[in-house]
Amino acid sequence: MAERILMKGNEAIAEAAIRAGCRHYFGYPITPQTEIAAYMAKKMPKIGGVFLQAESEIASINMVYGAAAAGMRVMTSSSSPGISLKTEGLSYIAGSDVPALVVNVQRGGPGLGGIQPSQSDYFQATKGGGHGDYRMIVLAPASVQEMASLTIKGFDLADKYCVTSMILADGTIGQMMEPITFEDSEIKKYEKPWALTGTECKRPHNIVNSLYLKPDELEKKNFERFEKYKAIEENEAMWEEYMMDDAEISVVAFGIASRVAKNAVVAAREAGIKVGLIRPITLWPFPTEAFAKAADKVKSFISVELSMGQMIEDVRLATECKKPVYLCNRAGGMIPEPSEVLEAIRKAEKGEF
Amino acid sequence: MKTTQILIAGFGGQGILFSGKFLAYKGLLENVEVSWLPSYGPEMRGGTANCNVVLSDTPVGSPIITVPDVLIAMNAPSLQKYVNTVAPGGQIYIDSSLIDVKVERDDVEVFYIPATQMAKDEGIGTLANMIIVGHLLENHPELSFVGTEEVVEKLVPAKKAALKELNMKALNLGKNFNK
Repeated sequence: MAERILMKGNEAIAEAAIRAGCRHYFGYPITPQTEIAAYMAKKMPKIGGVFLQAESEIASINMVYGAAAAGMRVMTSSSSPGISLKTEGLSYIAGSDVPALVVNVQRGGPGLGGIQPSQSDYFQATKGGGHGDYRMIVLAPASVQEMASLTIKGFDLADKYCVTSMILADGTIGQMMEPITFEDSEIKKYEKPWALTGTECKRPHNIVNSLYLKPDELEKKNFERFEKYKAIEENEAMWEEYMMDDAEISVVAFGIASRVAKNAVVAAREAGIKVGLIRPITLWPFPTEAFAKAADKVKSFISVELSMGQMIEDVRLATECKKPVYLCNRAGGMIPEPSEVLEAIRKAEKGEF
Repeated sequence: MKTTQILIAGFGGQGILFSGKFLAYKGLLENVEVSWLPSYGPEMRGGTANCNVVLSDTPVGSPIITVPDVLIAMNAPSLQKYVNTVAPGGQIYIDSSLIDVKVERDDVEVFYIPATQMAKDEGIGTLANMIIVGHLLENHPELSFVGTEEVVEKLVPAKKAALKELNMKALNLGKNFNK
């Protein structure tokens, strides 16, 4: 077995990206994700890769667009305010159907906000952020090990579907250290016949573009793209269920909130309350199947979030409002304590919400 | 399930994060589950710093400690802030060179160690943190003193080799404190 090493979540993302064959990183520093850039700055030059600190977030995302168009495995990373700046580029990348990986190690907002962990970019990540009809695959790691495994998965899914994969993490998972193992696995290679690699006068020109002035052509592009999104929704949803077999209450949480929620679920079980946890690993596609199934079994859901309540809307949609969905939240960089979640579970059990 | 939650708190520059890292690596060596969570941002450049280390036989749930089993307080504001959060039956380690108040709780075990003064006397000025960690190891057989050299070896960069010996000296001072 591979050796267990201690690593920060941010470093795990960077190391995993390199192992996944990423050789192009463009970024601009911001707390709490700077370790990703620092790791890349140290490692990339030694392995023939490119690390470039751009003059701004906007420049860096457009460098990602360019390298992606050239068929490279490419990534950028930032934190909430920086991701807002990148959203124009994300829309262009989606409109051009090129693959990229983008990391958001979230901090409190809106505005410049603060630097403590948050999950309040859920809407931005899963509902668009940039303009136009588009989707990104959104992966939500809850451990340092998942920071690595979902980064590798994110590159694969991006290449497979020619979309952007976003790692939606938060300051806690980014900054914390946990043991992690890297298994040696083969890097999947994807054919990219559309890439701008030079024709060598042997083939017609490839064009990567998001401008379609004729509405019928643009409409056709959009419909085609949504066929692809449909396939992603059907095939790529991921989630974890914890103690859900006989659960009467289902806590719902992702990322760091799911770690806190797990403690509360364990404590509630010790107190004899039948409660479980559904942890979405993909936030888009949202694991609707898990919720549709649970909605027929449990009495109520509790969405635990580090925001004013964003994922809760998707839980209500996925359960078709069959059962009440309560909110247990902190915001602005605060994290709920397990005791607060436990209190919410008790209230849900007694129907006191 | 055995889980030990250790909260280390003090000023930036007292090696709060380093001592947390030491305990996390010790846990890794003992093959238990580990999480290490630092405070981050401007506070690391002065002001208060703290570090959450969880050691457990089972996968670590939340890495954020709200009810520590062990508190290491390296300054008075930290002791004041966290003294009442420590779990009943828990332990509090106090650098008594820097903190002159006594803990008034009687449901916790308190160790007063004049670590900063001891470090000064021994000429290892900044290693008060490791003196306290040494004493903690002595009190926690599940972590044990065995293998500490290996951990120090891992944490101290090669170009600062001289620090390895000093760290070991500090750990041993803590181990033998009050004997």
